[in-house]
Amino acid sequence: MLRTKMISGKLLDLQREIQGYADDFGLDYFPQVFEVCDYDTINILAAQGGFPIRYPHWKFGMDYDQLSNGYRFGIQKIYEMVINTNPCYAYLLEVNNWLDQKLVMAHVYGHNDFFKNNMWYSHTNRNMMDVMANNGTKIRRYMEKYGQDRVEQFIDKVLSLENLIDVNHLFETNEVVQSRKEKEKQASIEAENGGYMMDDRSQALKSFMNSNKRHDDAKDLPQEEISDFSAQNNTDKGKRDILKFLIENAPLEEWEADIIGCLREEAYYFLPQRMTKIMNEGWASYWHSTILTQKALDPNEIVDFADIHAGVMTMSKQNINPYKVGIELMRDIEYRWNTGKFGKDYNECPSMHDKENWNTKLGLGREKIFEVRKSHNDITFLEEFLTPEFCNRQQLFTYKYNPRSGRMEIDSRDFQAIKQKLLTQLTNFGSPLIQVEDSNFKNRKELLLKHVHGGVDLDMQFADATMRNLYALWKRPINLATIIEEKETVFNFDGNELKAL
Amino acid sequence: MDHPIKRDHSRFRKIIKGKIRDNLKKYVSQGQQIIPKGKDKFTIPMPSIDIPRFRFGEKSEGGSGQGQGGEGDPVDGKPGEGEPGEGESGEGEGNKELEIEMDIEELAKILGDELELPNIEPKGKSEIASKVDRYTSVGTVGPDSLRHLKRTYKQALKRQMSMGVYDPMNPRVVPIRADYRYRAANSTTELQNSAVVIYMMDVSGSMGEEQKEIVRTESFWINLWLKSQYKNIEMRYIIHDATAKEVEEDVFFRTRESGGTLISSAFKLCKHIIETDYDPNEWNIYPFHFSDGDNWSADDTKVCMSLLDDFLLPNSNMFCYGQVESRYGSGQFYKDLATKYGTDSEDVILSKIKDKEAILDSIKDFLGKGK
Repeated sequence: MLRTKMISGKLLDLQREIQGYADDFGLDYFPQVFEVCDYDTINILAAQGGFPIRYPHWKFGMDYDQLSNGYRFGIQKIYEMVINTNPCYAYLLEVNNWLDQKLVMAHVYGHNDFFKNNMWYSHTNRNMMDVMANNGTKIRRYMEKYGQDRVEQFIDKVLSLENLIDVNHLFETNEVVQSRKEKEKQASIEAENGGYMMDDRSQALKSFMNSNKRHDDAKDLPQEEISDFSAQNNTDKGKRDILKFLIENAPLEEWEADIIGCLREEAYYFLPQRMTKIMNEGWASYWHSTILTQKALDPNEIVDFADIHAGVMTMSKQNINPYKVGIELMRDIEYRWNTGKFGKDYNECPSMHDKENWNTKLGLGREKIFEVRKSHNDITFLEEFLTPEFCNRQQLFTYKYNPRSGRMEIDSRDFQAIKQKLLTQLTNFGSPLIQVEDSNFKNRKELLLKHVHGGVDLDMQFADATMRNLYALWKRPINLATIIEEKETVFNFDGNELKAL
Repeated sequence: MDHPIKRDHSRFRKIIKGKIRDNLKKYVSQGQQIIPKGKDKFTIPMPSIDIPRFRFGEKSEGGSGQGQGGEGDPVDGKPGEGEPGEGESGEGEGNKELEIEMDIEELAKILGDELELPNIEPKGKSEIASKVDRYTSVGTVGPDSLRHLKRTYKQALKRQMSMGVYDPMNPRVVPIRADYRYRAANSTTELQNSAVVIYMMDVSGSMGEEQKEIVRTESFWINLWLKSQYKNIEMRYIIHDATAKEVEEDVFFRTRESGGTLISSAFKLCKHIIETDYDPNEWNIYPFHFSDGDNWSADDTKVCMSLLDDFLLPNSNMFCYGQVESRYGSGQFYKDLATKYGTDSEDVILSKIKDKEAILDSIKDFLGKGK
């Protein structure tokens, strides 16, 4: 069905060559599989987030439509797709010329190394290919049973809440430990029950069902346990994993809960990539440029390489190009740690001249960036390594809307302002922070959500549409506390219209 | 077999067609929204198909960029526009506005379905017939390469069930020779019908920008429908005040003259064009006339009527008159035509277009007869 094929012949030789350089530089990667395909296939893969099989949904069709048009009119072209699995699969466009393939392969080894070593990825499921395919099968089965339109419309609603997940989930929190223990327990139960249980319900649903069992048990227990039970309302406060909250608390049918579980799993899978866009692209670009310019290029390819590389690194006034900022910041760190331009002595040095020519011949640059790629995400990366000199050199600025001219205009080139803006944009992977405030608001089983306002207002049109979708799942009025134009407001959607209380 | 994404794709197309249908009135009354792209293709902006999420307001968010420029310099465009470059798996959602491409048949079908327009039955005059094969049906014979697996297995299942050999516990379906189904061609005779649309418009002082905008929008949709109905179609444009002249399409919508109005001048030129270029035996002829209803004199109206009776009506499929309401127009011409031909004549179709909102109804007036 998918027209991808494994690389062979000269391309395979090229892979071996590039892999050799990657080894020399000390990259540490999952086994790497390259496949080639035509543009239509790569458009399909891109529309489906890199995976050959997903659940049926029109949004994949929409992305495919846009990508195909983009390719047809020469607006955009995807050179490569790489996905975070073990082994790591990457797809090359078969019409890429030789130099493109070289560059892309080197770039992919960078991503692969990043996927394997960055700590934010440590909990991702590397068998996602299977998980996605299984989710597809499950959802297809639900469609056969309950009707395609009904299931698809339900998915629309869940996707609308897809960004309401908790970044902290990627940490080694109690919950994560708990869920791992539960998984292990489950496995041992399954082993006791005579091997593998044929139960493909999503993990979140299973653990929820187990906790339901516990609640049922609780009913038989004496009074003191029950009082604990009624305090449960307060425990919902502050929850940011709203998808999970819905699975556990919304009046859903089992298949609905299961679908939320599937989509939640997929959302968490993509989360680290959204949190490390700049670092990941910077790291991969650093390595394609290093491997190509120092090892893999033929002299006659230099100019073409420079051309392609410059295309990828294009700066934009409207947004930050993660490739550009990423690679430059990586190089800056390498340079500073090679020359010792950091730390107390350097920072407090009173002489501009000395600072300018500072070089302790420390030579720790390469080592430092390997360390950085292991432990940082975009936020901490910029927080720790962005310097005024860097912002100046990279011509960074912030812009804002000018109501008088009706345009976006350059606001400031001040270091603190830029840093603040970048960090705000990256906070919570660029999504507004929304958390449960009260799951029994007004004692009427209404849901109260709180938007933790970080200086930027919500788009209320979108919020309205999103709250409608949430209402469809919660089936009781939805309230949202936020700040609009510096005024604290609670919005209420009661099933008919959105009103400010 | 096609990749499953083709099914996602067709569901997506279905959803957007539904959206366009629901908002057809808006698209029609707001005129310039649908942009022709090359021949027989259109792009349609589609603002709100994407899945809504909690997100930041664009204006209050602002952003950061790279490049030269001082404080207060505009950064142009909107934030969130994509960069050309490499795509990456799992990229965050961009907030691009969708541009949907649609070809003329699809768009015309939406218009036709929504307005319940009948297909036009061309005049049965000399036409070039061509045979076209389309694989739209299923037959019992054919080459293996055209075998329709789904239908074959369906047939086998039906047979097994009716013979009582189908076992639901062991659902094995084995087709035999007689079950085989093949894609088969239906030959349809397509008629190479030719049509010409002759637009006439009063450009005298009383027709303002708004009126012309209405005519422009209306003619866009009329063209769209007629183009979907005729293989070979030509458009001619005539403007007139006291005298008439033939112009190009863009001139037609831009010209503004002062001076009086002699509608007969346009009708005479129309007659001349038909006589020189379009043999009524071979062409389906559609004269459209738009004005605000003012004519210089009752005498000229009489000349118009006789031109209609003697030449235009016998030689065209139908004559359409659209009266665009304006502050200065008297609307007399409509009354005169209505008195003579009645408001539900088959040959002379009259429509009053009060404002942009009324365009859709007016299109239905004109094209609802199926002629």
